[in-house]
Parts: sequence; structure tokens; C-alpha cells
Amino acid sequence: MLNCKRTSVLVSQSLDRPLTWRERWAVRLHLLICVYCRRFAQQLQWMRRAMQGWQQQVAEDSEVALSQDARDRITQQLDKFY
Amino acid sequence: MATNPHDWLNEHGDYLYRFALARLRNPHQAEDVVQETLLAAIKNPNYAAQSSPRTWLTGILKHKIIDCMRKQVREIPASELLTEEDANMDEFFDNTGHWAEKPVAWDIPQDALQQKQFLQILQQCMTRLPQKLAAIFTMRDVDEMENEEICKALNITATNAWVMLYRARMGLRKCLEMHW
Repeated sequence: MLNCKRTSVLVSQSLDRPLTWRERWAVRLHLLICVYCRRFAQQLQWMRRAMQGWQQQVAEDSEVALSQDARDRITQQLDKFY
Repeated sequence: MATNPHDWLNEHGDYLYRFALARLRNPHQAEDVVQETLLAAIKNPNYAAQSSPRTWLTGILKHKIIDCMRKQVREIPASELLTEEDANMDEFFDNTGHWAEKPVAWDIPQDALQQKQFLQILQQCMTRLPQKLAAIFTMRDVDEMENEEICKALNITATNAWVMLYRARMGLRKCLEMHW
């Protein structure tokens, strides 16, 4: 029987590699009886989705822009080559 | 179609900057990679033939971002490149392997405002993670790079990667739980 620590490791790895069938069953069994690890597993999924949402939000946020300083610096560099 | 690098800066500079900032989180590093991207672009003899400069520039930018992350990860002392799966997770579990602090149920953000607040906390929590962990977490969970690609880019083993991702997720989860 897996403990919570080992389960959390495998739940995290399940996002990065296919678990073996043995690992999958062991995790499934543990999640069936452990509400905390079930929460943990849900929260990891949720964090991944939120990260992608946040990334999207930053990419579309027109208030975030290159500073005039950075713009001038880059322009100077480009002038050397063009 | 803009073929002048200065037009690229005007038309795509802010977009490239935001793209980089979302991944590196450091304004100076983000500015640097945008500059490197534009310089790399004008040195490419095919630049004038690009039909979609933004897509093309973003492709170059992705490589520059990975280079930047690689430098962050390379600065890790070898002793910190964990291979033991459960190395030093004592803050999260007791010695019988049970949760030291049991995960509590989170309120799922309902409306746009809550969502925005949640994302802000998430962002703050990301900046509290060690840089190398934030970098690998971004590669995997934001850009969905394959593990093999990540290992190659960072020159680490698959086990290193799994351990680092585990630590990143544990740290981020704990921080979110404390502040959300």
C-alpha cells in the first residue's frame, strides 16, 4: 500500500511520464481512500491549467510593454547591423 | 509586410517582450532575449522572405528563452541536482509518509475578478520558487515541452527532471494554499 508521500511523487510524475500499470493501480487505490491525495492530484491539474491561463493573460495584456529605455537600447544595437 | 528590423521592433517588440516575460518573469532578462532575438533575426539571410515575421521571430525567441533558462539551471551546484526522489521533502510529510499539513480544498475562482486575483497569487508564488525550478516548471507545464526535450536543453537526466518538477509543484501548491 502506497503512503501519501510516495503517492504524491507518482501523481506528479504521471504528468510527465506514463506510469506503469502497477503504479497506476497503486495510485488509483490510494486515491480511492485518501481525500487529501485526491485534492492534491486535482490541484496539480488545476495549477497547470492556471499557469497556461496566466501565460495567455500576460501575452495579451497590452499594458505590459517594452520600456522606452529598452527600446532605445535595442534600436542602438540594431543600428550597428542594419 | 515589414522587412525592416526597426519595424519589427515597433510592431512585434511588445508582443515578444510579453511572451518572454511570461516565461522568464524577469524584465531585464526578457528585454535581453528580445534584443538577442532581433539581432539573430537580422543576421539570418532569409529574413526578408518571411511571410509571417511574428511567428518566425517567436520561434527564434523560444530558443533564446531556453538558452537563458539553461544558464539559470547550469548554475545549480551538482549537490543540488537531486536524484533521490524523496530527498528532503520533510517539510511536507511526517516520518510515516503522511501529509504534515493536509491539503485543504480550494475555492475555485468563480468570476473574472477572482480568476485574476488567483493568477496574481500564482505569479507571486512563481517568483518565490528557486529560479531553476520555476524555469523547468514553465517549460513543462506552460510550454508543454516533452521531457526528453527538457532534459536535452538543460543537460539533466529524466530523474533529475521529475524530481525538480515534483519539488516545483509541491512548493507552488503550498504557497498557493497559504495565500489563496
